[in-house]
Amino acid sequence: MKSDESHVARLANLKIKEKEKKKFQKQLSSILEYISKLQEVDTKNIEITSQVTGLENILREDEVKPSLSQEEVLSNAKSTQNGLFKVKAILE
Amino acid sequence: MSLNKLTIKEARDGLRQKKFSSLELTKACLEQIKKHNPTLNAFITVCEKEALETAKKSDELASQGDALKAMPLLGIPIAFKDLFSTKGIKTTAASKVLNNYIPTYDATVVKKLKDAGAIIIGKTNCDAWAHGSSGENSDFGPTKNPWNTEYVPGGSSSGSAASLVADMCLASTGTDTGGSIRLPASFCNVVGLKPTYGRVSRYGIIAMASSLDSIGHFTKTVEDSALLLNVIAGKDEFDATTPGVDVQNYIKNLNAGVKDIKIGIPKEYIAKGLDKTVQTRFEQALRALESLGAIIQEISLPHTEYGIAVYYIIQPSEVSSNLARYDGIRYGHGREKFGDEAKRRIMLGTYTLSAGYYDAYYKKAMQVRTLIKKDFDEAFTKVDAIVTPVSPTPPWKLGEKVSDPLKMYLSDIFTVTANLAGIPGLSVPMGFEGGLPVGMQVLGPQFSEELLFSVGHLYEQAIDWHNQKPKL
Repeated sequence: MKSDESHVARLANLKIKEKEKKKFQKQLSSILEYISKLQEVDTKNIEITSQVTGLENILREDEVKPSLSQEEVLSNAKSTQNGLFKVKAILE
Repeated sequence: MSLNKLTIKEARDGLRQKKFSSLELTKACLEQIKKHNPTLNAFITVCEKEALETAKKSDELASQGDALKAMPLLGIPIAFKDLFSTKGIKTTAASKVLNNYIPTYDATVVKKLKDAGAIIIGKTNCDAWAHGSSGENSDFGPTKNPWNTEYVPGGSSSGSAASLVADMCLASTGTDTGGSIRLPASFCNVVGLKPTYGRVSRYGIIAMASSLDSIGHFTKTVEDSALLLNVIAGKDEFDATTPGVDVQNYIKNLNAGVKDIKIGIPKEYIAKGLDKTVQTRFEQALRALESLGAIIQEISLPHTEYGIAVYYIIQPSEVSSNLARYDGIRYGHGREKFGDEAKRRIMLGTYTLSAGYYDAYYKKAMQVRTLIKKDFDEAFTKVDAIVTPVSPTPPWKLGEKVSDPLKMYLSDIFTVTANLAGIPGLSVPMGFEGGLPVGMQVLGPQFSEELLFSVGHLYEQAIDWHNQKPKL
């Protein structure tokens, strides 16, 4: 994972300090090496399992029901303005 | 006997017969917390004021008629893993990212338990975001094992198991994504239930890996476990993964026994890596089950050795997706507050899902997951239930595995496969090794909780390990 590490951290929006890099590199490489043992399993024509309930397309009537108030929704935000979440500018 | 030592059933009987009040019961738990939490670090938040107020209200309700009958947990103090959203009560997931987060709603399970009359005594410590097998990944310090404070209590639901065996509450809740209920239950000598995936709603519980997360609990007896499942099981309109399968009365057939029940022992579990002392305890447990009338037979789960590899692709992939929401904008702090283990799992999952690697890792893991599930399906055509040790080793010392994440991951080798297959597992005490407890898990097909309870109950009543308590 050596060369990919900075790329992965960027994709995951994590800032990894220089001194942490070496430690993570070593730990993640040994985990990746371990999970590579799956390559020895023959999975030709085997379906995937992404869920175990067998449920699909669970729908409900589109009815208006009570929900959290605007005040409640904003109650944990660090920065709000006019009843909205305030975020840093994304586009100049 | 101190009130905090009671089981739910005993406390309910006592409250009904007016032998004591809920306020006395709650005070006894709070006193025990005050006395021993500084050493054990089992709680992140203790809800003293709220708990005492609710206890007083419970006593009033109880005196006014049939509330004790209508509300099966009226006046019973329960501890909640700090992953369960509790309205108005700080919920941290044991991470500094959420150290100031106060939910504006209750998780479905919290609501159901409150409606049944339960009292929230506090929020328990755990590995941050439930990532861990020892409790040491908590951003608020590790929980200590009440049997020996130099040892881990098992994780991730470390504080829930430790607080219960230390009689700080009458029951506690947990989450099990790869063993996080069963492992601490076995390391602390309490009963731990990981229900069938989807049997209990995940709504309002901070998500770890959404296709694996199961919501369950810790209790002092198997009967209490059944009693709690009666309250929390069922379809939830807020969680689309809860099937409409009928909820049984799990207490009804508790005494059905194990006569002529076929119990499978997977030969792959009795292999290298299984500690000799655990094996000895396990063989004793098998003889006990046999003498109670069960038919023990060897079975094979051939893909067992791939369980951890499959789990450590699927789980971090789902973790990286679930933890993407923590950006410090709507609640909590920014991503710089994530601890090492969360960072490792986010990076691992981001990597295995990233362009060019998806087929080799994620897709492959989902295919092997199918094979693991088929192993169980096939086994359950031959046997009614499967029993195995919960952990290949007794509890280990604090610090022993912290610098080697892979070694820590491998501790879950006997538990992760149940999550991958979506089947239920019940962990029951199986004896002691060097003064530290070990546990046995009973696994069954999806929605077979009733059978697991009858096997666990009979074994527990016959062997009586569960009545052993640590000297605090």
